[in-house]
Amino acid sequence: MSFNVRNMTVHEALSLMERRECTSEQIIRGLLDEIRAVDGRIDAYLMVNEDDAINQAKAADRARAEGKKGKLLGVPIAVKDILNVRGQQCTCASRILSGYVSPYDATAVARLRSEGAVFVGRTNLDEFAMGSTTENSGFKVTKNPRNTDYVPGGSSGGSAAAVAGGEAIAALGTDTGGSVRLPAAFCGCVGLKPSYGRISRYGLTAYASSLDQIGPITKDVTDAAVLLGTMAGWDEMDSTSVKIPVPDYMAGLSGDLKNMKLGLPREYFVKGMDPEVEKIVRAAVAKCRALGAEIVDVSLPHTEYAVSTYYIIATAEASANLARFDGVRYGFRIKGASDPIDMYGKTRAAGFGPEVKRRIILGTYVLSSGYYDAYYLSAQKVRTLIRRDFENVFKQCDALLAPVSPTVAYRIGEKTGDPLQMYLGDIFTVTANLAGICGLSVPCGVNKEGLPVGLQVLGPAFGEEKILRIGHAYESAST
Amino acid sequence: MKYLTTIGLEVHVQLRTQSKMFCGCSSEFGAEPNTHVCPVCLGYPGAMPVMNREAVRKTIITGLMIGSKINEFSKFDRKSYFYPDMPKNYQISQYDKPLCVGGSVDIDVDGGIKRVAVTRIHLEEDVGKNMHFQNTSGVDFNRAGIPLMEIVSEPEISSPEEAFAYLLALKQILLYAGVSDCNLEEGNVRCDVNCSVRQEGQNEFGTKTEIKNLNTFKGVLNALKYEVVRQVETLESGGNICQETRRWDVDTGVTIAMRSKEYAHDYRYFPEPDLVPVVTTREQIEELQSNLPELPRYRRERFVKEYGIPEYDAAVLTADMSVAGYFEQAAKLSSNPKAISNWIMTEMLRLLSEKELDIRTVMITPSALAGLVKLTDDKVINSNSAKEVFAVLFDKGGDPNQIVKEKGLIQVSDSGAIEKFIEQAIADNPKSVADYLSGKEVAAKHILGQVMKLSRGKANPQLVGAILEEKLKVEKQKKNG
Repeated sequence: MSFNVRNMTVHEALSLMERRECTSEQIIRGLLDEIRAVDGRIDAYLMVNEDDAINQAKAADRARAEGKKGKLLGVPIAVKDILNVRGQQCTCASRILSGYVSPYDATAVARLRSEGAVFVGRTNLDEFAMGSTTENSGFKVTKNPRNTDYVPGGSSGGSAAAVAGGEAIAALGTDTGGSVRLPAAFCGCVGLKPSYGRISRYGLTAYASSLDQIGPITKDVTDAAVLLGTMAGWDEMDSTSVKIPVPDYMAGLSGDLKNMKLGLPREYFVKGMDPEVEKIVRAAVAKCRALGAEIVDVSLPHTEYAVSTYYIIATAEASANLARFDGVRYGFRIKGASDPIDMYGKTRAAGFGPEVKRRIILGTYVLSSGYYDAYYLSAQKVRTLIRRDFENVFKQCDALLAPVSPTVAYRIGEKTGDPLQMYLGDIFTVTANLAGICGLSVPCGVNKEGLPVGLQVLGPAFGEEKILRIGHAYESAST
Repeated sequence: MKYLTTIGLEVHVQLRTQSKMFCGCSSEFGAEPNTHVCPVCLGYPGAMPVMNREAVRKTIITGLMIGSKINEFSKFDRKSYFYPDMPKNYQISQYDKPLCVGGSVDIDVDGGIKRVAVTRIHLEEDVGKNMHFQNTSGVDFNRAGIPLMEIVSEPEISSPEEAFAYLLALKQILLYAGVSDCNLEEGNVRCDVNCSVRQEGQNEFGTKTEIKNLNTFKGVLNALKYEVVRQVETLESGGNICQETRRWDVDTGVTIAMRSKEYAHDYRYFPEPDLVPVVTTREQIEELQSNLPELPRYRRERFVKEYGIPEYDAAVLTADMSVAGYFEQAAKLSSNPKAISNWIMTEMLRLLSEKELDIRTVMITPSALAGLVKLTDDKVINSNSAKEVFAVLFDKGGDPNQIVKEKGLIQVSDSGAIEKFIEQAIADNPKSVADYLSGKEVAAKHILGQVMKLSRGKANPQLVGAILEEKLKVEKQKKNG
């Protein structure tokens, strides 16, 4: 075979198929070989639907032969096991959803499908997307393909590991507090969290409805632009999706940063962060300056409250969102319960893992009568302040440059005993979700152990064109 | 000791909409269990609600009908509690920004009118229906997600009878507004009632109990009657009322404690993040206001004023909006609205109920009824023939003039012809004549009947009466002379 699926990007796959140098079926078969070869070590996938994927690929090849078009015709996409794909499992890496088969496509999935994408398999995650390491999966721990002693990040760790490990051309993740950007950074791939409302959430099993967004995890920025362009846009099934036209994201990838003003938020370069990470990110900033950008110092004064604000709002919404998993209509149900209430208690006790329970209890507490004002209402007020911080800085600059995380990937098991320490690792990512803005994670180097570091580009709401242009220019100059 | 009763009602009304509150499923009643369901109303992972604008519109119309203030900024909230009939284990409802605030419903009390204040009207989704079988239970989710409007009254109702009158008045308004079918058999209207009693002279309310899920108005009346007596007796015998939720047992006719409020749910309301706020502009509200149907009470008063019909007639006619509409259409075409009213209140309503028909689809048109009244008023036909014509119109429709012609029912008012009928009747009935002459005045009635018979019902009865009287007078003089 004259091609290599390990490093193949979406746009490469498309041009190979366009030139008839390979078929979708060949790509899928190559990918399935890779999965068989490495996934035993990496554990990125929870399920690979080989036969179904081959059939979809054959159909795509036939369609292409018949002259049909499609922005992603025959391109395999791996999907985080929290997004509904008709006829496939959607466990959210939770035992409570074992046995559930989705009766419908998420809107983002349907849009990819209608452009010809092929759905290869379901990737692992922290249960219900709650976590930053993919160690909270109810089924297995995914390892970082760069070094399998390390976590891939989370919660979309399966998707990032599949892409970085050559087991997927591209993948979908979801980002509630950094769950696309962080694993992309830890694994050395590109991760995009679009603005809130840019991609329909319909069919994304909700963790925190006001923060969740679907985002692509890809091998380069161009692929992120392709996937975003396919999935973005208003959807009548999601009232929080926004009716703003979808630009041609590819057209904006000019390769330079002329006339761009980029801000460096001082709160994102703090004492206590890994000095090596800081050095690598600052080098990336210097490269952006060299590409023509003007770099300015800015401040986001309410950043220090972001993590606590995030954990109040996210857990509050989660406590209601996860109430539906009760064993009545689908999924796992405990046997031998005496009455419905007993059944709920036992089903949920056995079905949910410890981190999910921790967040449900926390969320239930902050919404309780007598505590609502002190926690949930205050958090909403701080959220407004955080949003205003961003509105103010985006008057001074086009986008922000920052690290994705204060550290590189942790060793497996390193942080599991200390959830609070783990929550603090979200400090640079949760702000984008709270503010509803967009953020991109681009690989910007590795530390001396070879663990990747991510450069985070934050843009204003619906400013995806800008951050993709910046990410693309930086990426082009670094490779 | 005299006790005062305080009652407040929460009335849940299913709105008449094509689809459910937050998804496209049909809201039709009576389908096979779990056939009107989808990922949204079953609470599947990832499914999201989309607001039904028609339900919002109908709720606002209801608010305007009872004089509520419409919140230009309203929103939905999640109300959390676990129950098998609740697909998401939270109900999308409205907490602090309901669509409508304030308003009132006028009720008839002892010949007067009492105004009962309404606190708020909010919109929410209905839950499923638990079904219990021999060894298992099931849930039918067809009902889950049907738009449900909750109308909360102030605790201003002071007797079970007033509560009943309030429900009747409310139902009439909802029917007039066209927002709900108010079909009690199908569970369109369900009530929770709060009730307390206190001694006369005591200012603060007594401890209240709540009776949940009453689905007939009679049930509300009877449950409250029982509960008031129970509370008074409890206090009289030195006991205390527990703040608790009770259930009405129709079979035994008593209320039974369900759970104490001390263990009340903490519903943990918070704004529904899957929906955007409901913004209704001034212009939209004014638009709805200007197209609002007339309140039944106003229509009743107007009928008396405009058509000069008695208060009683107006009340009967306006009880049902379509009957009122029919009356008004016919009355507008007639110079005798009272006659129109008589026809509707007697023949029409009797035949409609006998034949289980709806006045909206009846064959006899309002203009045909007006025509029939004119034929009678102009003495073209007599009242017997009019009944015959009405029956034909009711069954087949058509033009009354045509029917009168076809059936040859034109009244005979020619005194020559009538005299001939009378002479023949007198000749044919010597016994009746003799009876009359011997002082039995009623015998004249019999002769009159014979005259009508001879004319095959077409003779003008007034004319027959007058001429017959003359003729009999002559006979009397003959006998005495």
